[in-house]
Amino acid sequence: MYRYDEFDARIVSERVSQFRGQVKRRMAGTLLEDEFKPLRLQNGVYLQLHAYMLRVAIPYGQLSGRQLRQLAIVARDYDRNYGHFTTRQNIQFNWVALKDIPDVLAKLAEVEMHAIQTSGNCIRNVTSDHYAGATKDELMDPRPWCEIIRQWSTFHPEFAFLPRKFKIAVTAAEHDRAAIRVHDIGLHIRKRGDVVGFEVHVGGGQGRTPHLATLVNEFVPEAQLLDYLEAIMRVYNRFGRRDNKYKARIKILVSELGEAEFRRLVEEEYAAQRENEKIDLPQAEIDRIHAYFAPPELAAKPDKSSAFEALKAEDTEFARWARINLHPHKTPGYTSITVSLKPIGGLAGDATDAQMMTVAHLAETYAYDDIRVSHAQNLVLPHVALDDLPDVYRELKAAGLHTANESLITDMIVCPGLDYCNLANARSIPVGQAVQEVFADPDYQEDIGRLHINISGCINACGHHHVGHIGILGVDKKGEEFYQITFGGRADEKAAIGDIAGPGLKADDVPGALKRVVDTYRELRADKGELFIETLARLGHDPFKEALYAAG
Amino acid sequence: MPLVKNGTEIDNIWAFVPDEGDLSPGGCITVSLGRFRSERDILLARNTDIGVRLEPGDDPHELEEYLDRLQLIEISFPKYTDGRGYSQAQLLRRRFGYTGELRAVGHVLRDQIFYMNRSGFDAYETARADLHEVVNALEEYSDVYQPAAGDRTPVYRKRHES
Repeated sequence: MYRYDEFDARIVSERVSQFRGQVKRRMAGTLLEDEFKPLRLQNGVYLQLHAYMLRVAIPYGQLSGRQLRQLAIVARDYDRNYGHFTTRQNIQFNWVALKDIPDVLAKLAEVEMHAIQTSGNCIRNVTSDHYAGATKDELMDPRPWCEIIRQWSTFHPEFAFLPRKFKIAVTAAEHDRAAIRVHDIGLHIRKRGDVVGFEVHVGGGQGRTPHLATLVNEFVPEAQLLDYLEAIMRVYNRFGRRDNKYKARIKILVSELGEAEFRRLVEEEYAAQRENEKIDLPQAEIDRIHAYFAPPELAAKPDKSSAFEALKAEDTEFARWARINLHPHKTPGYTSITVSLKPIGGLAGDATDAQMMTVAHLAETYAYDDIRVSHAQNLVLPHVALDDLPDVYRELKAAGLHTANESLITDMIVCPGLDYCNLANARSIPVGQAVQEVFADPDYQEDIGRLHINISGCINACGHHHVGHIGILGVDKKGEEFYQITFGGRADEKAAIGDIAGPGLKADDVPGALKRVVDTYRELRADKGELFIETLARLGHDPFKEALYAAG
Repeated sequence: MPLVKNGTEIDNIWAFVPDEGDLSPGGCITVSLGRFRSERDILLARNTDIGVRLEPGDDPHELEEYLDRLQLIEISFPKYTDGRGYSQAQLLRRRFGYTGELRAVGHVLRDQIFYMNRSGFDAYETARADLHEVVNALEEYSDVYQPAAGDRTPVYRKRHES
C-alpha cells in the first residue's frame, strides 16, 4: 500500500496544526460558527443530532493493521468504543468532542491518516473496488491511480469551494463494485494496445434527483488524465448551479446543458489548456506510486487446500461461510474474505474497538497486512491463503465477525437515519433490523441468493436506496414515518435507478411486505440460478408490486 | 478595510465606481465588466490607471485582449463559499498571462487566502483578518501537490529532483 514520504507526512502534520488553530480561534470566538463551518467540514467534522461527528478518510478503502488498530484506539479513547464504516469506504466517529478533534487528528497523522476533504463542497475521498489488486476479473490494479488522484485533489486551490460535494470512483474490473455510474466522475480503466487509459463517466449521483452518469470520453490516456479532470472540474466550478443546493451537483449541470453541450464545454476547456497549465506528471512519479502497490509475494500453493476442505466437510456453518463470504483471488490457493459487519439485528457498518483489533491482528498474521473497507460497509481481507481459513474463521467467530451474508438479503446498506442524523426524516436502523429478522434463517437467505436491499432515512439517499435491487426510502408524512419501496435499482456495470412501486408502507408492514415479494420471486424464478434482479427484469415489476400490497 | 499585498499592508488608492457613478474625477478607478464593455474606449482613453472588477458569473475571456491596459483586476467574492473566483484567477494568470495586480475583494476570510494565493491573487482586501494572520495563512503549508498559479514546485517534481 502507499506509504507517506517526507512531503506527505509534512502536509498532513501541517493540516493538524492548521485545524488546531482554527478550533482555537473558534473557541475564542474570533472565528464565527458560519465561517468555521466550511473549514471544519473540509476536515470531516459535522455537527450531528447529538454531538460532533468526525469522518476519517480511508483512501480507496485501504488500511494496514497498524492503521486499523489506531482507529480502534480512537474509538476507545475518544468515542464510545465503536466506529461506523461508511458507503464511501471511510469511518465515522459519532461522539468525539470538538476540543479533542485536533488530538485525534494528530493520532491519525502518526499512522499516515487524515480527515482532509471528507466533507464539504470539495473533491472527496476517492473510492474503488474493495478487491483491487486481488480479484481475478480486473484489468489492472486501480489503486495507484486512486492515489495519484488523491494527491492531485488534496488542497487543490481552485476546487475547494465547488457548488457542491464531488465524488470520484475508479474501477478496473468488468464487474463494477465501485458503483462508478452513480458518482460525479466514474473512471473505468481500459487498455488500447499497450496504452492505459480511462473511460470517463460524468454526472451520476443519487440524492433527490438520481442520475446515471453520462459517458463523456471513451478513452483518456493515462498521461492526460489529470489535465482532463481539471477541465471537467473547471467547467463544473464555473457553470454549476449555486442558486439551489439541491440543484448544485454536476449531474444537474450535465442534464440541464445536455450531454452534447457538456461534452463540448469540457473538450473546449481541455483544448484551451496551455503548456504551462499541463500537469505533466513525470513517468518516474507514476512509477514510484505504482511500486507501492506491487502485489504481495504469495508463496505458490495448490488450488485446493486440504485443511480448508477438511473443515468444510465437518463444520457446516464454516462451509456456508466459505460458500458466501469468499471471493476468487487471482493467485491459486488464495482467496479474498469479506468480514461482514451486518450481523442480524446489528448496526450496519459498525465495529467495536475490540473487533477492529481482531481484524488488525488477522491482517497482520494471515493477510499480508492489507484490509479494505467495502462500499457495502463491510471489511475485506483481500489476500488470505486457503490453508489459513480455519484459523481466521475461528478468530472471526470469537469476535462475532463471522456472519455469512456477503451480498445476501441481510447484507443491507443502511444509513444512520433519524437515530443519529440531522437530515433524516425517518428511522432506518430499526426498519433494517426488522427486515433482517424476517430473513435471518441462513438457509432461507442462501436460497434467495444475491439480493441487495438498501435503506435511506431521507431523500438524500446516503443508504443508496435508488440502486438497491429493493430500495427502501423513509419519508415523513404529517409526523408519521412511511417507507417507499423501489424495485430494480443496481449499482454495478448494469447500473439502474429503481422504480417506486407505489404508496409508502408503515414501518411495521415493511418486513412482511418484503417477505411476500421475495417469496413471489422464489416461486417465479426460472431456476435457482436466476437472481431476483434478473427475474424482475424478465417478468416486469407487476407481480412483485402485487405481492408488496397483497395484505391490504 | 485593510488591504494586504505581498506581505505588507498598503493604502488603497483605488476606488470602485458603481455602474451609475460619475467617471469624471481623476484617480485610479475600477468598474464592472459590463461598464468596461460599454464604455471601454472612454475608460482606456483616461490618463489614470484603470481596473475592472469581476463578479462570479463574469467571463474573464472578455478581458483577454485588454490585459496589458489594466493595472488592477478585482475579483469579487460576495459569499466566500462561491468559488468561481478561483477559476477566474487561474484563467487570468495562467492562460491569459495577466501580470498586474489581482485583488480579492468582498467576503475574504483568513482561511481562504492560502487557496487564493495559489490561484494567482497577490492582494487581499479583508475586514476579517489582520496582516499577521494573512501572512500566517500564506505559510501554512510548506508543500503543494499540484501546480497552480505562482511558482511553487509541486511535490511530484520535488520528489524527482536530484
